[in-house]
Amino acid sequence: MQPHVAIRISNLVKRYADVVAVNGLDLEVGLGECYGLLGPNGAGKTTTVEIMEGLLPPTAGTVEVLGQTWTGNGEDLRARIGVTLQETKLWEKLTVEETLRLFRTFYDDRRALKVKDLLEEMQLTEKRATWVQKLSGGQRQRLAVALGLIGDPEILFLDEPTTGLDPQSRRALWDTIATLKKRGKTVVLTTHYMDEAERLCDRVGIVDHGKLIAQGTPAELIHQSGGFHLVELQTAPELPPEAFSDLVGVRAIRQRESALGGGFALAVDEPHVALPALFARLAERQAKPTRLVSRAATLDDVFLSLTGRTLRED
Amino acid sequence: MTYSMTPLLALAGVRIKEFFREPGAIFWTFGFPLLLTVALGIAFRTEGPPRSTVALVYGGAGAPALLATLRAEPALSVEPLSAEIAAARLRGGDVLLVVEPPASSGQPVVYRFDPARPDALAIRRQVDELLQRAAGRTNPLPTRDETALARGARYIDWLVPGLLGMQLLSGALWGTAWIIVNARQRKLLKRLTATPMRHGHYLLSFRLSGLLFVPLQVIVLFAFARWTFGVKMYGSPVAVLALSLFASWSFAGLGLLCASRAQNNETANGLVNLVTLPMFMLSGVFFSSARFPTFLHPFIRLLPLSAYNDALRHIVNDGASLASQGVPLGVLAVWGVATSAIALRLFRWG
Repeated sequence: MQPHVAIRISNLVKRYADVVAVNGLDLEVGLGECYGLLGPNGAGKTTTVEIMEGLLPPTAGTVEVLGQTWTGNGEDLRARIGVTLQETKLWEKLTVEETLRLFRTFYDDRRALKVKDLLEEMQLTEKRATWVQKLSGGQRQRLAVALGLIGDPEILFLDEPTTGLDPQSRRALWDTIATLKKRGKTVVLTTHYMDEAERLCDRVGIVDHGKLIAQGTPAELIHQSGGFHLVELQTAPELPPEAFSDLVGVRAIRQRESALGGGFALAVDEPHVALPALFARLAERQAKPTRLVSRAATLDDVFLSLTGRTLRED
Repeated sequence: MTYSMTPLLALAGVRIKEFFREPGAIFWTFGFPLLLTVALGIAFRTEGPPRSTVALVYGGAGAPALLATLRAEPALSVEPLSAEIAAARLRGGDVLLVVEPPASSGQPVVYRFDPARPDALAIRRQVDELLQRAAGRTNPLPTRDETALARGARYIDWLVPGLLGMQLLSGALWGTAWIIVNARQRKLLKRLTATPMRHGHYLLSFRLSGLLFVPLQVIVLFAFARWTFGVKMYGSPVAVLALSLFASWSFAGLGLLCASRAQNNETANGLVNLVTLPMFMLSGVFFSSARFPTFLHPFIRLLPLSAYNDALRHIVNDGASLASQGVPLGVLAVWGVATSAIALRLFRWG
């Protein structure tokens, strides 16, 4: 295994009695990389991450973390990774500092971070003597991340770190993760928020039905799926999408679901080239736009173009 | 990695903090047994012999003399009544004996009572004895009644060790099973297994915190029982403490077994009740297990709570030594080892 690889998974399968949660998944996470598993709820992200964390045994396939498999190396690996589960309820009547101090005893004293410094870094110093039950959602989540960091891990796993948080707490947590990234920590996170993945992750793996269906940097994925911009269009009289397929700069055309109001979207790389051509075509066909939106494409659009569904479908 | 004891101590510390920050837990562990002691101690307090009611039919010769004789006996409550009312109260059952004075001198005194009632027979004998002696009979054989109870023989003396047994059993089971299953349901167990924490440290922390809880329970209950009802501990307090720690260790095995697989609190509650409630009935907490049919006795004696209650009563009420309680200690040891071993095989961290 190359020294720059933090995690390597090949042909991972996790089958439960009646469900296949992960169905032949391969991926590689580099050291110092922030890797995001993006996918809708139930896609198999949490199962995949919990197998990486050594919390679940795989049905088939191989998992190597920091060059080792989990069999026989659990004790060593657990000391080198940090984990934040999707949802953990800690001891409600323990204070923030007591909880951190307890977790610190599980790690090698010479390696573990100082509680005081970590409280400072996670902006929990003011809350150090507060019972966990009195913390806000954002504070609880910061404590959960702090517990993942207390052993000074080489890899930090974050499962849906900002789900259920208010926008302000989300941004605060994003800043924290960005800081960790700058310090060269390997971070693996799962999310169903495309903005989170775009903003934090060096590379993103898109997961659907237990498989990795695309992988790359957010920019690569967006570019591969058609273009950086989308022009959403509806006209009167109604023109078919084919009327625009030969326009300069149009790389693909996507039908918009009727639930979203119908019409279609033109995928373009350079709106300043495509839009004048579009207006010329409209004039030529004597049609008026009843809806015209030009916007940057997102990972949500990538997911939509790959699966025909949006990430938010629950 | 360093294998220090620190995580074990830290986890036990968490158990103790968690407990003392939960008013409900404090009440059920310490307050409730005291309330039970007071309630049962008052309900079943031992008084002097009950006063029995005797009716004396008023009229006829010598009635005032008879009344004076009977009234001199403090154990009797004598009411002079008319014949009709006396008969009605005898039928009603609140008068056990009706005494009719002789209609004229030379006639007999008549006792009316229901011979099917043993207490009526006893009171007839007592009244007859009083009247015969007043009439001049002397007993050839001198006798003396000793009514003071033997030491540790009141109901409350017998009850308090049983309450301690109930308290330790439920403390060990709830304090192990409920806490573990709650942690599993909250995914706290899973979170802990994602750290290098040794699993044995987590489980041992429950036994370790018991070293604080059990002596507190023993001391609080016995101090309270002594203060309120004068319950005395005739055996060695050290023996009582050692036995209680050992029993609580054994009971915790049952708690671990209840906690080994249950995924939610409801299941854990059901299992703990399933284990504890039959033992509260069978193992002589509130009433002696001698009341159950004889063929059940060998089985009842093999229950861990029976073993603890028996040994504890021998030490507390009879002043026996811990060394003399080999059989109950053996029963507790087998339960503790067997339940812990099975529980560890079944235990699920996820």
